[in-house]
Amino acid sequence: MIDTLLPDALYWTPVCHLADLMPERGAAVLVGGRQVALFRTFSGDLYALDNRDPYSGAYVLSRGIVGTRGAEPTVASPMHKQVFSLVTGVCLDDEEVSVPIYPVRVAADGTVLVTMEVSVV
Amino acid sequence: MRVLVVGYGPAAHRFLETLRERGFGGTVTVVGEEPRPAYDRVALTSYLSGKSADDLTYPVPEGVTTLLGRRIVAIDRESRTATADDGSVTPYDVLVLATGSAPFVPPVPGRDLPGCFVYRTIEDLDAIRAAAAHATSGVVVGGGLLGLEAADALRGLGLATHVVEMSPWLMPRQVDEGGGAVLRGHVESLGVRVHAPSGVAEIAGGDRVEGLVQPDGSVIAAQVVVFSAGIRPRDELARSAGLAVGERGGIVVGETLRTSDPAIYAIGECALVNGMIYGLAGPCQTMAEVAADQITGGRATFTGADMSAKLKLLGVEVAQFGAMGGALDVTYMDPVAGVYKKLFVSDDAATLLGGICVGDAGPYTSLKPFVGKPLPAAPSDLLFTGGGVALDIPDDAQVCSCNNVTKGAIGAAIADHGLTDVPGIKACTRAGTTCGSCVPLLKQILVKSGVEVSKALCEHFTQSRAELYAIAQVRGISTFSQLIAEHGTGRGCDICKPAVASILASLGNGHILAGEQAALQDTNDHFLANLQKNGTYSVVPRIPGGEITPEKLIVIGEVARDFGLYTKITGGQRIDLFGARVEQLPQIWRRLVDAGFESGHAYGKALRTVKSCVGSTWCRYGVQDAVGLAIMLELRYRGLRSPHKIKAAVSGCARECAEARGKDFGVIATELGWNLYVGGNGGFKPRHADLLAADLDTDTLVRTIDRFLMFYIRTADRLQRTSTWLEGLDGGLDHLRSVIMDDSLAVCADLDAQMDRHVSGYFDEWRATIDDPDKLRRFVSFVNAPGVPDPSISFEIEREQIKPVLLEAGPR
Repeated sequence: MIDTLLPDALYWTPVCHLADLMPERGAAVLVGGRQVALFRTFSGDLYALDNRDPYSGAYVLSRGIVGTRGAEPTVASPMHKQVFSLVTGVCLDDEEVSVPIYPVRVAADGTVLVTMEVSVV
Repeated sequence: MRVLVVGYGPAAHRFLETLRERGFGGTVTVVGEEPRPAYDRVALTSYLSGKSADDLTYPVPEGVTTLLGRRIVAIDRESRTATADDGSVTPYDVLVLATGSAPFVPPVPGRDLPGCFVYRTIEDLDAIRAAAAHATSGVVVGGGLLGLEAADALRGLGLATHVVEMSPWLMPRQVDEGGGAVLRGHVESLGVRVHAPSGVAEIAGGDRVEGLVQPDGSVIAAQVVVFSAGIRPRDELARSAGLAVGERGGIVVGETLRTSDPAIYAIGECALVNGMIYGLAGPCQTMAEVAADQITGGRATFTGADMSAKLKLLGVEVAQFGAMGGALDVTYMDPVAGVYKKLFVSDDAATLLGGICVGDAGPYTSLKPFVGKPLPAAPSDLLFTGGGVALDIPDDAQVCSCNNVTKGAIGAAIADHGLTDVPGIKACTRAGTTCGSCVPLLKQILVKSGVEVSKALCEHFTQSRAELYAIAQVRGISTFSQLIAEHGTGRGCDICKPAVASILASLGNGHILAGEQAALQDTNDHFLANLQKNGTYSVVPRIPGGEITPEKLIVIGEVARDFGLYTKITGGQRIDLFGARVEQLPQIWRRLVDAGFESGHAYGKALRTVKSCVGSTWCRYGVQDAVGLAIMLELRYRGLRSPHKIKAAVSGCARECAEARGKDFGVIATELGWNLYVGGNGGFKPRHADLLAADLDTDTLVRTIDRFLMFYIRTADRLQRTSTWLEGLDGGLDHLRSVIMDDSLAVCADLDAQMDRHVSGYFDEWRATIDDPDKLRRFVSFVNAPGVPDPSISFEIEREQIKPVLLEAGPR
């Protein structure tokens, strides 16, 4: 797991409480001036993607519809509906395109933490 | 080359169209004695139920010179010129006679009395309508196809209607005695009196028609008599020009449709081909195509045509195909339901020869392609299952007889153009575009051709939207989780989630942002606003009917000014405010709601607006209160969630300033009430709405719209507008009419109740949102910095208003 690889909690930014995230919906957070889209799936897993939709340049991915394609959890851009993997950030309609993903975890008290330091799992 | 066409009816029109399609480069002139270009005579009766002459008239093909209201009276074959009744002379290289036919009026005393009519042109119908206004009863002479059409028209004009037929039963050319008996039952149940076998000895009357005297001396009192006892080819011009004509009339032509003068062709009802006169639209159009092919250097020939017919007369389906007799026959008869079906087969019971249907034309559609071919199943099975059996149709079988399209041609079009739906086949092959009776067959061919016409909504549901709607309704399912757990797979996607959300909303499951429903919504519904290209949203308050007070206009202006929004008047007669960030939306709506505004649902697949003209209150021409009706309708249907957006309009007179015929439903005022049009569309593929019903009173109008909308909501596909829904509907407009006006599926009570629930359950989504702290939580740009606006959003100024600074797309 990512968090065990990192030396301490300094790298992790608390962004919200788990209760702030609606199941199967996204929410945007600001982390060090960067916009991150957090997603909470039906099964309870959390994912963090860059909030910027590379197709339109607008910061809207957090407002897309969360779902699945096969077994892959996904979000569809609300702008023109391209679908991105929540796990890899890769656009499933065009594998050349992807968005950055960020590590995210939940502390015991329900605090959601994101880090910018590691951008690939 | 100079082509001159004499006569401008449907056959001439098809000829002109075909010439143009073939890229004919010469000059083309058409002379017609009627005051307008060719029109759809098959749909003539619809002129009396509200269609205008313009609706029925075909557009003149490009490059064709028309001489209307003129008749050619002489042809000089030596100098190749034709002289019109106004003295003008037109030279030609090729002359095409498309002079049509005239109704046959039996030579009985009194046949010229005022009150006697024929049933062929728009002018005939105008005259019949005028006479009917002062009449109580009418008789049609002739109980054939056209006679029953005329009877339907008289009935529609409010006359006590009689039909006099010489044969012992109605439509003797299409049905046998058994079918005739069933047909008579249907017709008489509608109040039309049938006199058969009978005839006309004399038309009684002094200055005007007073009645029809039958051969037995009995009199049918009537003030209107319509002769519809057959047709006679108009061959007088050909005759005077010395062309060969038949003993009993008709211009003699060969298989190339040339007359005895090789520079002159004859097509349509005036042509006598192999001793036959063809009076049906299909064969006449085929002749037109053959002649155009010959003239442009082709080698097509006309070797006879299928005289099969399927029609709906007085609400009864009647069809006949192939032979009307055979060594063996199999009959299915249900006198209670008024259904009669008969198949004729060869003596070894192996080959289908023909069939007759009354009350249910199913076998016509499914079996006509098998005429002359081995029976695809046991005859009794075929009759019992009607069109329900899926049959392998041979490639050379004609599927569309109106446009002469074979199964093979359709299959080739599907393969070559990658067609996946019926509208595609229609556009590519013309099949199904005239009478529409083969549309169910086109669907079957699509399915059988291996084209994946999957109705699965997406990878998570194998069902169509309509099926999911039925499941949710019947099982009372009110959550996406239950629906997908029990009827789907996975956790949904951007296709099925909003579709299911819409279904749940149509079925009345409270606020669209309540509980789990919120997560299903597309971003527009999720924020009750419209996402724009830079991530901001636009806001559209409802302005019912486009009517707004100065005070409310001022509030909109103040809100836009205070929040720095760009304002624009929409096509739906309201005002769109652009450039709001998500955290501004509740503040904006607090102001709007306080001023008495409510959601305009511009963000939803829902009723948008009911546009209106100013109507009779102010307009010098208006005949009804269009604004009042538009407001009433908009308030009635506001918030109604549907498969796609719904737009509507009301015009206060026939000038149609509200452009109602470009809407999903459009209402146009008449002197007597309201005409209701449905299935119109602007947008990508414009379509004029079809007249569903004419001269409705307001209560009936509203009930009919209620049912139209609810039936659409139940049965349409996801994101299918009413226009494509209607075009794909089996049975088309007639079927829609039978469902929502005659209640043929016994669903009207249910549809009415559902609409009543919608109307009484309506609440304003925005007011309910700003009053609910839980729903307000989502309106932040960043959950960890609620007060911070999205730094990526910026504006510049253009024409004194904001516009978004262009965002750079692509990877970062």
